[in-house]
Amino acid sequence: MYKLILPFRYLLKRHISYLAFVAVALCVFIVVVVMTVMRGLVTDFKQKNHRFVGDCVVGTDSLVGFAYYEDFVKVLEQQDFVHAVSPVVKSYGLINASGSKQNFGIEVMGINAACHSKVTAFTEMLYHTKDDPTRAFTPGNDPNLIGCIVGIDRWLSRDPNGIYKYESYRRRTKLAISCFPLTPKGALEKAGAGMVNTKTFYYTDTLHSGLARVDSSVIMLPLEQLQLLCGMASSVKRISSLYIKFKDDVRLETGRDKVAALWRDFVKEKADEKYAYLFKTVTVQTWKENRRTFIAAMEKEQTMLIAMFGLVGLTTVFVVFVVFYMIISHKSKDIGILKSVGVSNANLIQIYLVFAFFIGILGSAVGSLLGWRFLVNINSIENWLYGKFGFQMWDRTIYAIGDIPSHIEFKILIVIIVSAIIACLLGAIVPTWQAARLKPVESLQVNQL
Amino acid sequence: MTKDDCILKTEGLCKSYRMGAARVEVLKGVDLTIRKGEFVAIIGASGSGKSTLLHILGTLDRQDEGAVKFEGQDLSRLSAAKLNKFRNKTVGFVFQFYHLLDELNVLENVFLPAMASRSILGWLGCRTWAKNRAKQLLERLSLADRAKHKPYELSGGERQRVAIGRALMNEPKLLLADEPTGNLDSGTGNAILSVFEELNKAGQTIVMVTHDERIANKAGRIITLVDGKIKHRDKQTQVQ
Repeated sequence: MYKLILPFRYLLKRHISYLAFVAVALCVFIVVVVMTVMRGLVTDFKQKNHRFVGDCVVGTDSLVGFAYYEDFVKVLEQQDFVHAVSPVVKSYGLINASGSKQNFGIEVMGINAACHSKVTAFTEMLYHTKDDPTRAFTPGNDPNLIGCIVGIDRWLSRDPNGIYKYESYRRRTKLAISCFPLTPKGALEKAGAGMVNTKTFYYTDTLHSGLARVDSSVIMLPLEQLQLLCGMASSVKRISSLYIKFKDDVRLETGRDKVAALWRDFVKEKADEKYAYLFKTVTVQTWKENRRTFIAAMEKEQTMLIAMFGLVGLTTVFVVFVVFYMIISHKSKDIGILKSVGVSNANLIQIYLVFAFFIGILGSAVGSLLGWRFLVNINSIENWLYGKFGFQMWDRTIYAIGDIPSHIEFKILIVIIVSAIIACLLGAIVPTWQAARLKPVESLQVNQL
Repeated sequence: MTKDDCILKTEGLCKSYRMGAARVEVLKGVDLTIRKGEFVAIIGASGSGKSTLLHILGTLDRQDEGAVKFEGQDLSRLSAAKLNKFRNKTVGFVFQFYHLLDELNVLENVFLPAMASRSILGWLGCRTWAKNRAKQLLERLSLADRAKHKPYELSGGERQRVAIGRALMNEPKLLLADEPTGNLDSGTGNAILSVFEELNKAGQTIVMVTHDERIANKAGRIITLVDGKIKHRDKQTQVQ
């Protein structure tokens, strides 16, 4: 019982133990806040990527694309694990707003709005035609005009809080888009002065994916229009990718493997076709694999932060070590007393480890509570700081971030608390071990008082 | 003296310490026998080795040579666990500077030895008995009204009486006292010695270290330690 009473009393009576307690609480607070925000940002970024491409992508990075996709779409649509498929053309082009003498480089995506809205969160990314995505490429009331959807950062500005200044009506703006049509072999389809295909489109809506690169550089066009612009609308039409959405109960990797198997069979079946060679660069990937280059950078940042805060954890171990060293130096008399009444070395170690455990658990509890309170109010605090001092953690006019993530994951919290307790035990173990090894007569000497 | 009368016996005890480059021999072959129920005072000048001898008798320190036998059992042959048990059950220590735990109150300090020898469950089982025993001891030592006080709230004499209470908690066969009055005024010191005399009359074996002959005279037997050796024995001499 003394193994519980003494550590508890040490915690209450020894003011120096408050130092270790505060160090643990601060460390847990910082780690909880940073891990929650960073993990929230990474999770949010992943979700946005998932929402942008669906579950699985059969595609190629080649600007030439691949052919016979319509046959494979039919194969996929017969599968019970596939919810919907959306053919996509991706290329690069130039844009020229009416009246402007300047051209800007852009990424162009050709989609079928109806299919795309079944596979991705396309509908939610729109503003004016959110309720009816089939009208996404229909400007105003004139069905003869062809519309385009413009990445939101290319079209609208944001206020300092990151809120886009949407227009209440759709401006009728002409946009001339030019692309370089390529043959299936990858050569320019046209030679001489008129080597580009140019077509005029009318702004219909904005695309707000939450992905900075997409929102700042992508323009979406109707699939068949972009195929025409890129030379992919010949007798055998080509596309860049097929975005696939699985049924809800299908595991991502399982769905991907099934699609890959179907694709292998399809490639074999089409092996003798004229443009079968275009299949060589086509891969079947889950959305995570497809967006790996973007996600990996974020995850690397997260890993670096974890490593950095691992060092903060080491500092805590050191602080606890110093505090315990000081406490035990001052409590060597107690060690002698306890040994004189028959307390064993193992029990002495337990006393100080329980003490370290108390510091760890209480420090973690307070740190977690503070972290939770801080995260609950993190956006209000940021708004207040911005209102008062003009400070913003992430400049919303630059970063595609809405609210700062503040949802604490229980699993992460448990890991942080357990790590903090282990850090305390590690910090305490050496001084405790030294204390246990003290001879009772040494610690009871008058000069130790 | 029959074998059964002897509670503690030392044979050729030697102990030395390193002080810088030199080695200081503190005990140079101490032969000593303590009988059951005896009140023995060990006197000697500062540095004569009397406290070292007491620490070795109580297994707080280990001799370099020689043997300490408690009821015929060579203590140097005991395992660490058995030594802990020996310190907990068989001997009680009273130190010059009381050595109470400031974090515990008086009552808790007294029943500490009972708590130290038991697991949490074991303690829960005997808690009532231990508290009652500690309260009885405090009453016997006229400290009943101080049970909830912290050691730093007590006078020197009161603290020493708490230390005596703690030493007696597990009803040890041997009480070892290292300068128990050394830090007290003469009046308080006498009161402590009276407690020892009462305990001894009730059958308690006591070995007390002191440098003060006046205090040593309260004991039944005086052993003088000079330069690490027993020089002569006063009062009841020739016990061996």
